[in-house]
Amino acid sequence: MRDIFIEELITATKKNRNIVLIVNDLGFGVIEKFCKKFPNNYFNAGISEQSMIGYAAGLAAAGKHVFVYSIANFPTFRCAEQIRNDVDYHNLPVTIVSVGAGVGYGNLGYTHHALQDYSLMRSFPNTIILSPGDVMETRSCMRYIVNNPQPSYLRLDKSSNFKIHDKLPKVSPGKWIEILKNNKNNTYLTTGSVINHTIKNFIKKNFSLYSMPIWGMKSKNKQFLKINKFKKIITVEDHFQDGGFQSWLNESINNKNCKTKIISKSISSLVINKVGSQKYLMKYLK
Amino acid sequence: MYLEKYFKKVSKEIRRNVLIISNLAKSSHIGSSLSIVDLLVVLYKSHIKKNIFILSKGHACLGYYCVLEKYNYISKKILNTYGKNNSILLSHVSHKVPGVEFSTGSLGHGLPFAVGRALAEKMNKKNKKIFVLLSDGELNEGTTWESLLFASFHNLNNLIVIIDYNKIQSLDYTKNVLQIEPLDKKLKSFGCKVKNIDGHNFRQIQNALSANSKNKPYIIIANTTKGKGVKFMEDSVLWHYRSPSNIELKNALNNLK
Repeated sequence: MRDIFIEELITATKKNRNIVLIVNDLGFGVIEKFCKKFPNNYFNAGISEQSMIGYAAGLAAAGKHVFVYSIANFPTFRCAEQIRNDVDYHNLPVTIVSVGAGVGYGNLGYTHHALQDYSLMRSFPNTIILSPGDVMETRSCMRYIVNNPQPSYLRLDKSSNFKIHDKLPKVSPGKWIEILKNNKNNTYLTTGSVINHTIKNFIKKNFSLYSMPIWGMKSKNKQFLKINKFKKIITVEDHFQDGGFQSWLNESINNKNCKTKIISKSISSLVINKVGSQKYLMKYLK
Repeated sequence: MYLEKYFKKVSKEIRRNVLIISNLAKSSHIGSSLSIVDLLVVLYKSHIKKNIFILSKGHACLGYYCVLEKYNYISKKILNTYGKNNSILLSHVSHKVPGVEFSTGSLGHGLPFAVGRALAEKMNKKNKKIFVLLSDGELNEGTTWESLLFASFHNLNNLIVIIDYNKIQSLDYTKNVLQIEPLDKKLKSFGCKVKNIDGHNFRQIQNALSANSKNKPYIIIANTTKGKGVKFMEDSVLWHYRSPSNIELKNALNNLK
């Protein structure tokens, strides 16, 4: 996914030299192609995430579309107030890219696991979350954000090259992307790179499967009509339930006459301090 | 051209407005506003039409709003809504106000933004200068020093940092909190050009603001007095918080130099 991100970024920068990439001294093996092609559009902020977001906001205020690239929690929690005040409040085109969604960094441990990032990023009114489920959704998400620059958070799996869609899916905030249409009453709904995991571990014959790669505060209240068509929705996310995707979906039917059951499959906090590969730790997605 | 008489007159007028509005709105941070008035008046008279200004010490917004009114960015009518319900004038500087580039209030945000803004000017091969005004308390923030490392490394000589060095921060004198001295040595060691001035001396302010830096970020340490202009408010922690009562306002206006 990260290679596709950089490929798409290179394509976009060829057409638009106002695209800037900033990293916090991370991106080994990923960003080099971009740096070589566009040395004037690339900056290493050093290991200083808070200031990095401030620089990005300043550049964006002068007409740049800034991609801030880092891993895990570093470009979100470490600089949460800078995202809140400098980027989201000013509604500036800064796209924060984090590689290592969920437990992607496996045995690097809890400090490197992104398990609460949805809860933080979805609390910013102007920000959209782009959490692609496969390589095709990654391309579509990149094209969407390049064409619609705005405060945004692109969350990528570390090394998955999983592909489910044959064609590039059309993506937009709050849109459900159909993957399996087996049943009109029951469905799984995933966000991020858990589609493969869902198919292998959870899916039952009488369930459909959808993915929602782009969502956020503004697209929440548009969910009711879609949800209402189903009797049962099981959401899957590599994130804690608290403040996550299922919570977001559930909030959208609050105080509405809706009988749909929304059930969560998410990562248990028992994962903290457990040592293992991403594959091993995903058993805590229950 | 040196405009001593003009600057004196305008600064007094702005301090007068700060005092009156602070009394009406019952707002705090009056000392912080009074200490930057002379700097802002010179900056707005001579430099801002063609350049960019960012107030990083967003709590001193009342002084800034009064300057914006003086230079016709906002009307007197809008200024008089300060602190009232539904006003656009928040009590921390806001980008919703005409003439304001960036909202601040939480300290340590203005300088990184200014660095990004200055970097964009360089990328675009444009010549705008980016002026950013910091408080001395703000020098406690890590982002200040991170940003100076970055600005210095990238030779951002179009970045002009003004430090309002009134030597009082929120709870106490800066020397009793973390002691930021020797300040000019610290700033120089980060690769910046540093100039020390009296932040209430118009000639020194004007000379410092007009100077250029060859290839380094330029820092002006403006030695100021918190609450400047009203004897009983000067150099006092109390007037970071208090708003003048009617009697105090009357005394302050009589006292205004």
